[in-house]
Amino acid sequence: MSISIASLLTNGSATAGRERWGYLDKVLSTTSPYAGEEFVPGEETINALETSRVLVIGAGGLGCEILKDLALSGFKDIHVIDMDTIDVSNLNRQFLFRESDVGKSKAEVAAAFVERRVPGVKITPYNGKIQDKDEEYYMQFKLVICGLDSIEARRWINATLVDMVDMENPESLKPLIDGGTEGFKGQARVILPTLTSCIECQLSMHAPRAAVPLCTLATIPRQPQHCIEWAHIIAWEEQRKGETLDTDDPEHISWLYATALARAQEFNIPGVTYSMTQGVVKNIIPAIASTNAIIAAACCNEALKIATSCAPFLENYMMYTGDSNDSGLYTYTFAAEKKDDCPVCGNLAQDITVDPDMRLEEFLASLAERAEAQLKKPSIRTEARTLYVQAPKSLEEQTRPNLAKRLRDLVSDGEEVGISDTAFQISFKYRLFFQK
Amino acid sequence: MTTEIAPREVTPPPLQAPTAKEKKYDRQLRLWAASGQRALEESHVLLVVGDANHGSNSSVAGVEALKNLILPSVGSFTIADSAQVTELDLGINFFLETDSLHKSRAEETKRLLSELNPDVTGHAITAPLAEWLPVEGTLTPYNLILVCAPVPTEILQRISFYALQNSIPTIYVQSVGFYASFSIQLPAEFPIVDTHPDPESTQDLRLLAPWPELEAAVDSLGDISSLPDHDHGHIPYILLLLYYLRQWKASHDGSPPSSFKEKTEFRDLVRSGARTDNPEGGEENFDEACAAVLKSIGPPPVGSGCKEMIAMPSCANLTAGSANFWIIANAIKTFYDTHGVLPLPGSLPDMKATSAEYIKLQGIYKAKARSDVAEVTATVRQIETSLSREAPIADSEIEAFCRNASHVRVLTNPSHEAFPSLRLAGGDAKTISRLASLLENDWEAMLPVFIALNAKVNPSQPLDVTSLSSDPETQENLTKAIAEVERLSGGELHNISSVIGGVVAQESIKLLTRQYVPVDGTCVFDGIRSKSDVFKI
Repeated sequence: MSISIASLLTNGSATAGRERWGYLDKVLSTTSPYAGEEFVPGEETINALETSRVLVIGAGGLGCEILKDLALSGFKDIHVIDMDTIDVSNLNRQFLFRESDVGKSKAEVAAAFVERRVPGVKITPYNGKIQDKDEEYYMQFKLVICGLDSIEARRWINATLVDMVDMENPESLKPLIDGGTEGFKGQARVILPTLTSCIECQLSMHAPRAAVPLCTLATIPRQPQHCIEWAHIIAWEEQRKGETLDTDDPEHISWLYATALARAQEFNIPGVTYSMTQGVVKNIIPAIASTNAIIAAACCNEALKIATSCAPFLENYMMYTGDSNDSGLYTYTFAAEKKDDCPVCGNLAQDITVDPDMRLEEFLASLAERAEAQLKKPSIRTEARTLYVQAPKSLEEQTRPNLAKRLRDLVSDGEEVGISDTAFQISFKYRLFFQK
Repeated sequence: MTTEIAPREVTPPPLQAPTAKEKKYDRQLRLWAASGQRALEESHVLLVVGDANHGSNSSVAGVEALKNLILPSVGSFTIADSAQVTELDLGINFFLETDSLHKSRAEETKRLLSELNPDVTGHAITAPLAEWLPVEGTLTPYNLILVCAPVPTEILQRISFYALQNSIPTIYVQSVGFYASFSIQLPAEFPIVDTHPDPESTQDLRLLAPWPELEAAVDSLGDISSLPDHDHGHIPYILLLLYYLRQWKASHDGSPPSSFKEKTEFRDLVRSGARTDNPEGGEENFDEACAAVLKSIGPPPVGSGCKEMIAMPSCANLTAGSANFWIIANAIKTFYDTHGVLPLPGSLPDMKATSAEYIKLQGIYKAKARSDVAEVTATVRQIETSLSREAPIADSEIEAFCRNASHVRVLTNPSHEAFPSLRLAGGDAKTISRLASLLENDWEAMLPVFIALNAKVNPSQPLDVTSLSSDPETQENLTKAIAEVERLSGGELHNISSVIGGVVAQESIKLLTRQYVPVDGTCVFDGIRSKSDVFKI
């Protein structure tokens, strides 16, 4: 490899071989009117950046952008986790992948591409789940950046990072930077576990869509989506019993489409299409390159600021709306509040008002739709006894009779219960108040 | 296990199975549909990188914007950039590699961007701007121009003038350190039919202007108090509201509830009709009716954008060369003048009802919408004949206009104003005084970012920043922002250019597809505070 003239002119300091980073180094080695006192312009900061090991969760639409942005922000030691393989519908935005990569691991292909393009950066891929890794693994990173489309995975890593914080050890606090997009909209947020508002504190800002009542699907469908949900939830179970529905299998989608279409024709409902069928059963969220680029770069800008102190970082939430009918676009930057009764980072139980005549089974089902809970497979216990657990089987059978009991017969008004879900390692504390 | 499965026929191949292209672009087709995709694929975007040679010339912001247009499959792109790749470029531009060093930056970025999507054609122009720009017809292939600042004033002047003359939208992009900005220069008129309004705001149920078929549906309810519980609980809420409106009007001299107080009283009247002695202890359709009172009882809406459109000279003064948009707009105006309402959009929200009742009601709304479209179409055809226009406007275009008539928008640039940066470069007094007055209401202190990026837009005639405000706090903000820009000597930070490149790509998609509402003016992004704002300078 030839040595450029410019490198010979530098006097052998840590900046040797850094010609390409000239613009970045200017930001990191000159004083800014906006940087705080902790910013030390120069070599020390540049070294800190180069030795910061960071973790990227997700190598999809946001993840590809994040890897590029981190590599071009001077980070040298990047790890990336993703359990997915590349699909053809990723190619309209996941720009590190080509048609010939379809079927390969996202984390591996993305890491190799960025390593090739940006010399000197090391990207370590892991093709698997975040849940495969333990606290020791997460402890090695300076910060974590998430580019995920799943709320569940976000809640898991959030709870893990909160749990890892040891007040005696400042190194145990790992800033979490989280990005998310939908269509022309998105958000970037910075979380300092246990110190600032966490993903769980903000959960009700991302409420799940209300489900269509089963009886509407079963007896009085009115919309094409009702017919598709009927095929998805009811008809499949009846007519293809024992077969696991695979929403990536074209034959399965075709069957659901044909079944939904037949039902729609029966009720004279127009509008069922193949594309809508796919959208409903796979819960497809529209995604475009530009929004991912905006949100990923906003996140990595925060990562650079946190790793170097070259400017104050975001406190703590930026909402981006690119499809405003009034102004074209707007951002809303604000500090989301930390909740004392947050089931993850708060120490108080969260209050929930319930109908005391509700049966335990209905209450547990309602937890999936409650914006502040969103738990799909909950187990519940009071301080004194276990009311219901999903597993192991023997215990499930033992506690199952409680499902039919009314809440008033199981808990007292204002009693605290612990609710856990197999998707998360932590227990959520709720205090149940009876509706008057 | 297999014995349990009911025999079934082999699933026939789906009639609407997606094509390879639909699969690849599925996630974006759900936003701008096939029509938007077609518009995008028929476009040719020009990226002009200034050769003023100040830092990286915002070139990464431009390249990132292109990346976000190539991925969704813009037809073609051309990069006009006379620079050679330097070491510094390698540290900020992802679409260059070590081997690109000292080669043409336009050629190298074109090559690596082209890898992103085989459906897209890329070109590079390496000649200096001053050489190729004056050539006759040099800009004709392009229907969107992105300009990366700084650009010498006379070059920018030429591009701006051409774009205004030929109604080509143009975006001027600046990115230095943590700051970035872009301005959109619109043609004199930029109409948008498919604005994608918030679905919540688009409901037009015509409860105070029912037509005979809808009235007949209310008649057919008879006396609802005698209906069995099941039927009573499944009357669509729209019919319930119309039913109780008749009762209300009978006791209020024929007038509908109009004030907030009257509407609350009306809501109580509706609520009093709900049965509570049933097993559910209430009726969902009555709940829906009560919830809809405040929103839905009112005169049929006419959006402000539509009112503006109707009042514009282009709407009244048609010529044979008028755009399709104005021909239809004129026919819509005729419809509005005749009926006092716009064509009915015809969509119905979901509501508690039996399948048959809902579909029947939906049919009533759709039939009315179709007959309104037919009336507008007839007017359009008359206009076409009277103007001797040759190619008739497609029915689908008229129908789409009618469906969204209340939400259409026409952005305008009546006095052919150029980018604010260009006006500032020329020392335009009006622009400077506008900046000063905007600064007075700039509570978030975002305008100093724009001013700092443009303080030396004309190096021979820098902006007199001290004259813009006498407020000490504003002065301090300006001083700090300018210092922040100065210390970076025109160098970009990749993240910031990636943010602004993403935003510019979104705006480009809006301009090319003529869907959604683009920024009308200047957008500023401050990466230090993670904030943006939009100004009309």
